[in-house]
Amino acid sequence: MSLLFRFLIGGFVVCAFASLADVLKPKTFAGIFGAAPSVALATLALTVSQDGKTFAMEEARSMLAGAAAFLAYAFTCLQLIARLHWSPFRAATVALLVWFASSGILWLLLLR
Amino acid sequence: MCIRFNFAAIRRTKPNEYTARFLFGGSVTLLAGLIAREYGPAIGGLFLAFPAIFPAGVTLIAKHEERRRQKAGLNGKERGKRAAALDTRGAVIGACGLFSFAFTVYTLLSTWATSAVLGLATLAWLATSVLIWRLRQ
Repeated sequence: MSLLFRFLIGGFVVCAFASLADVLKPKTFAGIFGAAPSVALATLALTVSQDGKTFAMEEARSMLAGAAAFLAYAFTCLQLIARLHWSPFRAATVALLVWFASSGILWLLLLR
Repeated sequence: MCIRFNFAAIRRTKPNEYTARFLFGGSVTLLAGLIAREYGPAIGGLFLAFPAIFPAGVTLIAKHEERRRQKAGLNGKERGKRAAALDTRGAVIGACGLFSFAFTVYTLLSTWATSAVLGLATLAWLATSVLIWRLRQ
């Protein structure tokens, strides 16, 4: 039941921020909402209630590394789209490798 | 540059596109929770900053821009990519704001109420992102 709840909340929060990004102009400002902490907002409240504040704080600490990975991901996407003229879908998908690699490296170096 | 709302844009997004976003967002959130349960908060926490919104968003922006140009009888692919590039610039800025969010939660959660911390953290994300965006204008 809690898994279904987590899925529904996550889907709703992501849709809400994505819709906000759709209606805002200019596009550089709207793009900020593409990096909204949607998963974190959907997850942390549930985590605190199920696993306690200490667990959630540990997750927040790791999120700092995840944020660095997101920054690397977004920067890579920008280079692929703006300089190499890749299609946005291809760039956003391939650049996920950068997110995973960056997260992995930062976890190994700082969080293990 | 003024920030403004264009509510007509909501109609441009089709129901199946909203559904795809909902399913993807829900799946990522579920996965983040399962990974944290299985492998601990150090790994699970990484996924709190997983790009759940951006891939679908940037693809749709390019697609909608292309569609608009095609309706006017023009080749929209390059315009679509340009629109996507602008959106991605914003995402880079938003990613900087994520540090403020995570730092706020990490430092305040032990002493403040959860809802207050999450609210403040969201404001911290938004304030940091908007400040960087304004400085770059």
